[in-house]
Amino acid sequence: MSDILILNGWLVDPASGVDAERDVLLRHGRVAAVEMPGGFKGVKAKETGSQVIDASGMIVAPGLVDIHVHLREPGQTYKESIATGTAAAAAGGFTSVVAMPNTVPVNDSVAGLEWMLDAARGACVKLFAMPAATFGSMGEEITDFHELARAGAVGFTDDGKPVLHDRVMREALVAAAGIGVPVSQHSEDTRLTGGCSMNAGPVAFRLGLRGMTVEAEARIVERDIRLLRDIARQDGLRPHLHVQHVSTAKAMSLIRAAKAEGLHVTCEVAPHHFTLTDEAIGDYDTNAKMNPPLRNDVDRLAMIAGLMDGTVDCIATDHAPHALFEKEQEFERAPNGITGLETALGLALRVLHKGHGMTVSRVIELMSGQPARTLSLEGRGTLKVGSFADVVVFDAAAEWSFDAKRSRSKSRNTPFDGAGMVGRVMATICDGRVVYRG
Amino acid sequence: MKSKMHGAVKSTGYAAGSLLTVADLPVAEVAAILAATDRIERMASADRARMLAGRRIALLFYESSTRTRTSFELAAKSLGAITTLVSDKSSSIEKGESLKDTGLTLRALGAECIILRHANSGAPYLLAKATGLPVLNAGDGMHEHPSQALLDLRTILARLPGVGGGRGNSKGNSKIDAKTLAGVTVVITGDILHSRVARSNAMLLPRLGAKVLLCGPKELLPEDALGLGSALNTGGVEIEWDFDKALKQAQVVMMLRIQRERLAGLELDLADYISRYQLNEERLAACAPHAVVMHPGPMIRGLEISGEVADGPNSAIEDQVRHGLAVRTALLVRALGTGWFESVTV
Repeated sequence: MSDILILNGWLVDPASGVDAERDVLLRHGRVAAVEMPGGFKGVKAKETGSQVIDASGMIVAPGLVDIHVHLREPGQTYKESIATGTAAAAAGGFTSVVAMPNTVPVNDSVAGLEWMLDAARGACVKLFAMPAATFGSMGEEITDFHELARAGAVGFTDDGKPVLHDRVMREALVAAAGIGVPVSQHSEDTRLTGGCSMNAGPVAFRLGLRGMTVEAEARIVERDIRLLRDIARQDGLRPHLHVQHVSTAKAMSLIRAAKAEGLHVTCEVAPHHFTLTDEAIGDYDTNAKMNPPLRNDVDRLAMIAGLMDGTVDCIATDHAPHALFEKEQEFERAPNGITGLETALGLALRVLHKGHGMTVSRVIELMSGQPARTLSLEGRGTLKVGSFADVVVFDAAAEWSFDAKRSRSKSRNTPFDGAGMVGRVMATICDGRVVYRG
Repeated sequence: MKSKMHGAVKSTGYAAGSLLTVADLPVAEVAAILAATDRIERMASADRARMLAGRRIALLFYESSTRTRTSFELAAKSLGAITTLVSDKSSSIEKGESLKDTGLTLRALGAECIILRHANSGAPYLLAKATGLPVLNAGDGMHEHPSQALLDLRTILARLPGVGGGRGNSKGNSKIDAKTLAGVTVVITGDILHSRVARSNAMLLPRLGAKVLLCGPKELLPEDALGLGSALNTGGVEIEWDFDKALKQAQVVMMLRIQRERLAGLELDLADYISRYQLNEERLAACAPHAVVMHPGPMIRGLEISGEVADGPNSAIEDQVRHGLAVRTALLVRALGTGWFESVTV
């Protein structure tokens, strides 16, 4: 592995408080040195055999971290594979992704987890995984958290569905507290959402579709927060609850209050939930169907407010590829989910930075340092000397349109085909290797 | 094949002549459909049978139907078209064939237009996109039933004296515009939540100036129903949960069936429902003795409507069926774009 010198760029590394012109030297898969411009003059590229990336006019930032992706392997590689999903990640500036367990079979065993994380799968960025919280994600019996954590689990989740039973969720939180990883919850009271395919409200009424209410999300968030409180009182433990893809103002305010109370709650918001509303469904566009669904504009603005005021810990894509034939169905029959790895940075910069005045540094923090911290991914999400050599170089001012046909993902199910993006990835480096060149 | 399979495509991406929703139907187009209906109705049957002679129309029915299916079929046959009926119970749909593939198969067999009834809201959009053929929405889930709203409009115009020149049996020269139904209140009562008929009427009638008053118990009439008016910025859609209060304002009252097949676990006290929402002779006499009574069918006598009212002098229920047949001839001529439709309506 040759050295990489990134010269003339503007380094933004919120985790180490740098927001200035810096040159960066990557060596042996680590950040070897960060110097003032020209500081590496002595290091002659030819002599050391190092690769030089001229980042003039570019932002140099820690590689992005997405703690919520569906890579569909094993079992559904017609939608995506670990190789193609991570290639899409690299194209989007991500250097670490966390795979959800709803594969076929469900990732609920050490053998399954080890198979997924094996280098033979061909991941081109750092792959982490969150195994199932319960066997088969059936919501009944919790998996072996200790053994799975030793094999690399960074959290536990039944994503796609909630851990519904109070007793089971309590057990999961207690078990996870002993290990120091979160239980990551898909907050949906499925007893209230049977037959629903979009957000409840006037748009759903007009389209004649049954709608998921705000309460269905809030009730599980409320219940889980109550469990944290009970466990603290009765067991003296401080479990970590991570609320996935928050989509409603109500859930956001519950999380804000729980944080103020001192409970260990973190949460993520997906780019589509701060960009689009349920109006985007238009003429039953199944590429605007996901779960949680697109909400109304009040909820969308509440996501942005949560991102601005620090209630939201990170942006996560919920990248959920599906084949064309699956999405080319009646709206109610089409599967939930959209791809998101290649549009996340472009949307965050467009909506949050350009549209709502968030600094580029803060956008980067929400997409690198904070997600890495949320799951304690050591050495990721920062460019401190000694960290992993995970870097994204991007042109923060570039405006472009996303073309789904050119996606690295196997699937094309995105509502953002042709949508405007701000900020274009020029290079992604993971563990000291260039994994994408724009 | 003389179809214009991928021919004139509207800016929306659907074949011209499709009728997927009333939401994007301009008032002028509504007027054109009604004018064409009048013209076709007055034709000698031999002339009518030449209009779509030999054209191929597929009726694709994923849900049961009496009125809509029969009237589309009879309408097509009266125009000389060849029809074929495909239903989910007796086709490869049972073997798991997708809607897209079913549509492509019908197109390959020469279908030039597909009339679709489907249990999923929005299915006609999918079919229209997949086939590029004109698609007539004959009812999709809880979403819309556009031809029903058009036949209801024609029934209202024919029955209300002094409105729209008493169309239907007129010379068809009266003006249809945004004020045609000004001052008319249409009360739609019953299971609004699950009703595609209510949705189509609530989106169509206000565009002609009517006030649509939706009425029913809260479980079957959420406030979100106001979205039907706000979506198009037409306004003209209001909610009144008290039937007697609503009825007192009505020139027209449409009764809807409780859709047991779509209740999805919702419990309803039928005795209570009947006492509060049934249209019977006493209620009609007390609140709206002159109102036109309508029902899209199928009706359940003794539940949402008493037999006496259904058969009584105010009832336009059988007229609706007759207007349905007439309006659907015009929709088929419009869909198959023979040029005639445009020529009579300009």
